Amino acid sequence: MLVYLIRRLAQSILVLLVMAVLVFVGIFAVGNPVDVLINPEADLQEQQATIERLGLDLPLHEQLFVFMGNAVKGDFGRSFLHGEPAMEIILTRLPATMELAVVALAISLVFGVLFGLWAGLKPYAFSGKTIMAGSILGFSLPNFWQGLMLILIFAVFLGWLPAGGRGETTEFLGMRVSFLTADGWSHILLPALNLAIFKMCLVIRLARAGTREAALQDYVKFARAKGLSPRRIVLVHILKNIMIPVVTVVGLELGSMIAFAVVTETVFAWPGIGKLLIDSIVNLDRPVVVAYLVLTVFMFVIINLTVDLIYSVLDPRVRLAEVKA
Amino acid sequence: MSEQTAPLEPIASDLSPEAGFAETPWRRFAVEFASSRLAMVGLLLFLGIALAAIFAPWIVPQDPYDLAQLDIMDGQLPPGSASLAGYTYLLGTDDQGRDMLSAIIYGLRISLLVGSVSVVIALLVGGSLGLLAAYFGGAVDSVIMRVVDIQLSFPAILVALILLAIFGNGVDKVIIALVIVQWAYYARTVRGTALVERRKEYMEAASCLALSHRRIVFRHLLPNCLPPLIVVATVQIAQAIALEATLSFLGVGVPITEPSLGLLIANGFEYMMSGRYWISFFPGVALVLAIISINLVGDQLRDILNPRLKS
Repeated sequence: MLVYLIRRLAQSILVLLVMAVLVFVGIFAVGNPVDVLINPEADLQEQQATIERLGLDLPLHEQLFVFMGNAVKGDFGRSFLHGEPAMEIILTRLPATMELAVVALAISLVFGVLFGLWAGLKPYAFSGKTIMAGSILGFSLPNFWQGLMLILIFAVFLGWLPAGGRGETTEFLGMRVSFLTADGWSHILLPALNLAIFKMCLVIRLARAGTREAALQDYVKFARAKGLSPRRIVLVHILKNIMIPVVTVVGLELGSMIAFAVVTETVFAWPGIGKLLIDSIVNLDRPVVVAYLVLTVFMFVIINLTVDLIYSVLDPRVRLAEVKA
Repeated sequence: MSEQTAPLEPIASDLSPEAGFAETPWRRFAVEFASSRLAMVGLLLFLGIALAAIFAPWIVPQDPYDLAQLDIMDGQLPPGSASLAGYTYLLGTDDQGRDMLSAIIYGLRISLLVGSVSVVIALLVGGSLGLLAAYFGGAVDSVIMRVVDIQLSFPAILVALILLAIFGNGVDKVIIALVIVQWAYYARTVRGTALVERRKEYMEAASCLALSHRRIVFRHLLPNCLPPLIVVATVQIAQAIALEATLSFLGVGVPITEPSLGLLIANGFEYMMSGRYWISFFPGVALVLAIISINLVGDQLRDILNPRLKS
């Protein structure tokens, strides 16, 4: 186990390092931020001073060295655009993205399991088939267009919900959050739904397959023979057993939800880190792009590491195969 | 049907008297494919979309990127409006008076081009690497598959965003990014199949004949690994088209001069708030139809080509 742990940890650190170098060198090759940042009317001396202040006059490998040294300390430089430390800007935006992802996860889990249970109990009924057809459609719709259509229906035609923005926020544990006010809820509903639909379809399929399998098991027959009410059989006995794969998959998908939030945040003008990334790419705001990517890669490396370690505890075969290879 | 064709094709009926025609693998494949009506609808839909995209310049009512043909007075007309020149804008016009139907057909052209070219290149790259990994094993295998594992642990959209943040806009750059995102799927698929095939007797026979590595890999191993690869490639075309549209919508994909469906949808976004939905709506419908038709074909291919699903 220790060998496996060390190998896996070393691999994670290597991935993180390689990605950081790739991202930094790659972003370095894109456009010249000096053109965007410096007032074109400034004279040559002022321009030179700005370039030196930003450290852009050093050769690439020295810039990389400085960058890596600072990155370890969590310092990714100041945003060219906002003048504040890049990591700080991202961290102030992070709660908005997290809130969106958590609400979306809750929606996909609750409705996905409910619809999946229903479709699994009545696989040949019209309602069950409709749910499955709907889940196939949910898989096929491009996420951004689906968001536009939600806006078109609920904001433009019906006028029930606002089309974008975050609405009223309140202070909660030192973060600005939306979920404590009615206005905040009305703003978060559409973007969260948009982010949730794809995962919900995934959960529906898992829950349906699990239910169909569980319904034939002996413990369900026994519960029925014991005279338990159908409601209790479904909500207690079957539900508990289908939740294992559902929770595993959904836990794994939390990371990809944060990645996909880029699309939803752009469509709904939700002020999270995804929208920040797109704005920063367009404005050539290097420090913010690099900081976002390093943070996200870090997050994924941690998630993947955790998942692998948990699997290796649950299933010794994983560990053995890895050490042998 | 067999009675009608039998007298016309006596040679064929000799070979296979019951079926009425020679049962070649291709014919059997076609018959099996046609057994699903949904798959046939998907195939016809996809062929229609592809033909429209290929022959776009000859079938569109208006060249959407020839400024001389555009009339700003026709801007933002709803679907079914008549133009100043007299013909009908079936799907309305955008802010510059561009016929949306023509713009969509041209957009499909770019979307399908990006999707199919990237899939073909990724298929070649990923397929070859997967074959090499399985055939040679050892260090080659572990290096290639480790890279595959690491890449697949990140969501495709994140990898594509990183790459395009580095490369910048452009059709060629989107294609490169999509290839890098996709190759790992093919490598993994081919390797899995090839590992099973490698142990079969025909491979042993080929080695005993002292054939060259190249001949064994490409003439013996590769053809037997194709079926799952074809299925993955079909589904990946739809994925690639959707991903390209997403990236273009976000403004990091194709440039404004070569608007794909994603960019058309992005352009219509600002007008949607005031109820002029058609500028975003119809390109999206075209995109969804393209994706669904490809997925329907892919589903049926998977059912036919996967021997485990056959009873």
